Amino acid sequence: MSKVPPSRALPPITKRFTALDWLYKNLFSPWYNILLTLLASLILYAILKPTILWILNKARWEVIGANLRLLAVGQYPADQAWRIWLCLYLLVGMIGLTWGVWARMRRLTLAAWLTFFPLIALIVHGSPLAKPLLPLVPSHLWGGLLLTLLLTVVGMVFSFPIGVVLALGRQSKLPVIRLFSVVYIELVRGVPLITMLFMAQLMLPLFLPAGVTIDRVLRTMVGITLFSAAYMAENVRGGLQAVPKGQYEAANALGLGGFQTMMNIILPQALRAVIPVLVGQFIGLFKDTSLVAVVGLLDLLGIANSVLAQPAFIGLQREVYLFICATYWLFSYSMSYASQRLEIALGVGQR
Amino acid sequence: MPRYRHSPIIRLVRVKSLFLFFALLAWACGGKNNGTPSAVQNTGKTLKQVKARGKLVCGVNSQLPGFGYVDPTGKYAGFDIDYCRALTAAIFADPEEVEFRPLNAQQRFTALQSGEVDVLIRNTTWTLSRDTDLGANFVAPTFYDGQGMMVRKNGGISSLEGLAGGTICVQAGTTTELNLADQMSARGIKYTPVVLETADAVFGAYEQGRCDAVTTDKASLFSRRVVLAKPADHKILDVTMSKEPLGPMVRHGDDQWLDIVQWTVFATFAAEEYGITSANLDQVKGSTTDPNIKKLLGLEGEMGLKLGLGDDWAYNIIKFVGNYGEIYDRNLGPKTPFNIPRSLNNLYTKGGLLYAMPIR
Amino acid sequence: MATRFWRNERFLQVLGQAAFLLLVLYLVYALYNNMVRALQLQGLVTGFSFLQQTAGFDIGERLISYSRSSSYLRAFQVGLLNTILVSALGILFATALGMVVGAARLSTNYLVKSLAKVYIEIVRNIPLLVLLVFWYTDFFLKLPTIKEAWIFPGPIYFTNRGIAIPWGIATASFRTYLWILMLGLLITLGMTWLLILKGRRTGRPPLVTLWSLVTFLGVAVLGWILFPQPPLTVDIPYIDGLNIAAGLTLSPEFMALVSGLVIYTAAFIGEIVRAGVQSVSKGQLEAARSLGLNAFQSLRLVVFPQALRVIVPPLTSQYLNLTKNSSLAIAVGYPELFSVSGTIFNQTGRAVEVITLIMATYLSISLVTSLFMNWYNYKVRLAEG
Repeated sequence: MSKVPPSRALPPITKRFTALDWLYKNLFSPWYNILLTLLASLILYAILKPTILWILNKARWEVIGANLRLLAVGQYPADQAWRIWLCLYLLVGMIGLTWGVWARMRRLTLAAWLTFFPLIALIVHGSPLAKPLLPLVPSHLWGGLLLTLLLTVVGMVFSFPIGVVLALGRQSKLPVIRLFSVVYIELVRGVPLITMLFMAQLMLPLFLPAGVTIDRVLRTMVGITLFSAAYMAENVRGGLQAVPKGQYEAANALGLGGFQTMMNIILPQALRAVIPVLVGQFIGLFKDTSLVAVVGLLDLLGIANSVLAQPAFIGLQREVYLFICATYWLFSYSMSYASQRLEIALGVGQR
Repeated sequence: MPRYRHSPIIRLVRVKSLFLFFALLAWACGGKNNGTPSAVQNTGKTLKQVKARGKLVCGVNSQLPGFGYVDPTGKYAGFDIDYCRALTAAIFADPEEVEFRPLNAQQRFTALQSGEVDVLIRNTTWTLSRDTDLGANFVAPTFYDGQGMMVRKNGGISSLEGLAGGTICVQAGTTTELNLADQMSARGIKYTPVVLETADAVFGAYEQGRCDAVTTDKASLFSRRVVLAKPADHKILDVTMSKEPLGPMVRHGDDQWLDIVQWTVFATFAAEEYGITSANLDQVKGSTTDPNIKKLLGLEGEMGLKLGLGDDWAYNIIKFVGNYGEIYDRNLGPKTPFNIPRSLNNLYTKGGLLYAMPIR
Repeated sequence: MATRFWRNERFLQVLGQAAFLLLVLYLVYALYNNMVRALQLQGLVTGFSFLQQTAGFDIGERLISYSRSSSYLRAFQVGLLNTILVSALGILFATALGMVVGAARLSTNYLVKSLAKVYIEIVRNIPLLVLLVFWYTDFFLKLPTIKEAWIFPGPIYFTNRGIAIPWGIATASFRTYLWILMLGLLITLGMTWLLILKGRRTGRPPLVTLWSLVTFLGVAVLGWILFPQPPLTVDIPYIDGLNIAAGLTLSPEFMALVSGLVIYTAAFIGEIVRAGVQSVSKGQLEAARSLGLNAFQSLRLVVFPQALRVIVPPLTSQYLNLTKNSSLAIAVGYPELFSVSGTIFNQTGRAVEVITLIMATYLSISLVTSLFMNWYNYKVRLAEG
């Protein structure tokens, strides 16, 4: 191997890459980039300057201040608001617990989560039996961000088992089961969510036996769950397809029956592979709950419309809508950021 | 290749229990089907349900000042709300045992049909199609209204013809939408409708200048004008485009409930006819010799019992809510910002249409 | 000895499916029964004959003739055509804007790249309904009144009653001109086919898209000149009293819906395009350049076809989402399928029939769109062996 003679060797690079160089390279290097940079700066200036000036000077933010409670929890009685705070603390506690002890105490954590959801439902809704401590708060008083989060969580939690069953059904060998799963999934995925909501609102009462009435919020939850289950099924199916055939064969060779293979071998791998996609679906569902405003429920968007109807605050669309846009954006962005971190932590795609 | 992990019995039991679960579900959904139900079977059901529940569930409007809205303290108030309270007082002797469900124009009928609300008192117009198509019955109108049109004063429009080529904002799913189409086509006026979902959206769009005019029941126009930014800039045309008799609505099939709501309304008319107010009620009750008043206030005749209520049903209505005149004045009268003249909404003896059927 | 029947795999499978089928059928029967009973109890009927009744309401924007004396079925058709119009325009413009945004995302210019990233991140994280309502009430409804309209060169008027643009009016010769355009289309198709064959034969594919466009435009212009009276006359809008006369006025509802859908979907399409282009390994681009292809050719012949394979499936689902999202027109007051059906339901009280109609229609539209996109996907797929 010949060495490069010293006389032919190039001197080491002594020039440092300064900020000016960065500017040149990224903004001005080919000639058309200069034009693009100018154009983009102009657009940026034209948009940002009036916006910032408006936000600081002309916007009347008192509409948000006066209605913060409405926007947050709707018409939930003020003296019962401590229950919402309790739920929030419990949630934070559960997340901390999971983060800490998931690796070591799986069963305990799972059991905790399983009791967590009914507990939250009890605390928020109340019960006639727990009169002095937890009086009943009927569901038509729930609203604002509380209702949005409730609908999202309930939708996600209940659509999960249904979605898994549908996904398994879709790839089953039994033709009848496969047919039903496919028909359900394609039917629900082909119609807009708002159609499902209307169907739940208007037709569900007709389908129930005589004398059984069902709460409006509960109807919406059913509609959202059924809708979300179809998308969940498709996502889980993707995960199932990612599990190598060898796993099925190995399980077979070990003598495991169909149900056991699924529960112990296939599903854990499949679900782990689709966790990022599921978080994405959670975020999508969170945004889609804004549609319940059209069927008359007072979620964050519905309450915003109500606030705008108050005589004192007529015409302040920009402030109110910007605020709820910001709220939705904050939640969605944090969740998708957390999902990206989760993806890295799980090592998806690297194993 | 056979795969037997557990004994067949256990596998069978496992599978069987799954099927059992679904079978139970199906059976539960089946419910009790005793052939074709008839109306007679349902009479009395609603009152029983209301009494068992301990409160009345009333479907109302929450966006119509004067008729049904939420005041700054969070309480429901309005003309229709007072009728809900009257009905509650008649049943429970307490006007507060009522739960108000705000419904928009799309949900109102389904909410009534599905049983979510017991009665719908939400400025609903009585028409033939609604009486037949919607599975509901109307009760005597409490407010005789007509459809009107509101325009800007500086728009230079003084009649419907002036709206030729213009845009008119209207709410979806109302008789207003149909009447507008009928009236404009009958007069041969071409216009463009802008149809929005909620009353707030409609009036918001009108205020922003999206349309030249907005149309709905005249009483609603009066009440919504008050909450516009500059009420003095708008005027209500002197045109009545249709009959809009507004009143409570109940489901088909329960005759007893229909009677109860019907006669609650008539009781308020009758009270005004006899000059009984919430102020002089006890005094009238103690000193009257008129057999009609006696029957109304439960001193003789057991009218309440026939309805399935207590004998003080009408007494409670007048005591807690008042007669028709008091209800009207409290919500729409000269002391309110609306100040709607009574015109047709007056007793038959004073040139109006209110006529209580005999309570005897 | 043969296996007992209760241990026989196949028998159990068939038995299981039969039992499942029976259960589902019973469930459906029970639900249907409940529904019919509930409707009977209230004196309501079922059946689709109500569609022939007179509608009685007016629809503000329509592509076909309609009046208040038309039937409900006609009203439904008007709504359907409006949906198709909005979806088609939405897909077209969203794809165009999405490509621009995707290209911006891949640009070497830091400012442009960041602007695109910020746009995508903001739009993707807010709900479409909030965006639509905000956009409609805060921009389109707050445009100036007709007397103080913003006038752009064209003339194009921006008012809160709508955006008026110059449009064409068909003259007597317009029909014949359409035939000429049809002929031009056939010629262009033939020419495209010939060009593709030539490309295959010589191994140097010509710029097929460019030549086809040139041919078609040539035929169009030639046909235009041939006529003594031009097939279309320009209709210039002007302000007339309460409204804008002449030209084409796009209502604020329509503009809000289409532009809102475009802005929302373009963000997703931009990400898809970026992911697609980045999925093509850098080695392909380097190899193409080292073979002597210039930048444009390597993009056109090497990178883009491979990127298309990755782009098309998610693009399909975005198109379907756009079509389904057009149902949100109910929030801005545009009379498309869903809101017209809502009105029909309100006037007739037929919940079950109307919802069935809506679902069937949306399913058909989704099916047609995904069939077309699946065919396209098949065409651009990786031809293995």
